[in-house]
Amino acid sequence: MIRYEVRLFASLREQAGVETLDIELPEGATVAQLLERLSALRPDLAGGLRRVAVAAGQRIIPRDAPLPPGEEVALLPPVSGG
Amino acid sequence: MNTGEAATRTYTALTPDPINVEEIRQRVADPACGATVLMTGQVRDRHQGRVVDRVTYQAYAPMARQVLAELVQEAAGRWPVLRFALVHRTGVLPVGETSVVVAVAAPHRTEAFEACRWCIDELKRRLPVWKQEEGPDGVRWQEEIPLESSNGERDGSGRREGV
Repeated sequence: MIRYEVRLFASLREQAGVETLDIELPEGATVAQLLERLSALRPDLAGGLRRVAVAAGQRIIPRDAPLPPGEEVALLPPVSGG
Repeated sequence: MNTGEAATRTYTALTPDPINVEEIRQRVADPACGATVLMTGQVRDRHQGRVVDRVTYQAYAPMARQVLAELVQEAAGRWPVLRFALVHRTGVLPVGETSVVVAVAAPHRTEAFEACRWCIDELKRRLPVWKQEEGPDGVRWQEEIPLESSNGERDGSGRREGV
């Protein structure tokens, strides 16, 4: 199992009440599996989790991509800068 | 360092401090440039019919800094622009305060206008920054534009086709 610290932002951070969530996943787990696992652990966040893009190592990676071990993972809701 | 070559020089920043627009304009000053286009964004007093008193910008800072740098690099590859500055604010901003500045200087106006427009449009699509609005009706996060996974894999040429 690989342990990830997952960073949260905006409404998701507010709803979670924390800035990061810790999660353990099997080696080779995908982005989709990360989000499923988080939704199971925190059903209250499921709505927000459906809307995020996932960054690993500050790059957005697709749902079917494996999470690279050792990279920072971040859940990014739709953005509103500018 | 000014070597006399027509290389693009860029400045990008994500800052919690008030943005000095004149200072940013001076950063793109260049004797080879006949046109400077400056786009500034300010906090508006209304959004979707609701009164806004102030906003808070939250950023995923390390990624946002990287995206700002990528935006000016990509724009520099698309237009013959000599100077770019791209600055975004974080933290609490009252109505009227500057949230973003795009400054572009080029030998001629056409490329300066086009590059500036492209930069602000792409910034709004790609920058991991979120705005929370506060007004008489309460506080709410604005979450508007989904980030796309192709952002992380783009090669600088393929981003616009699907947009």
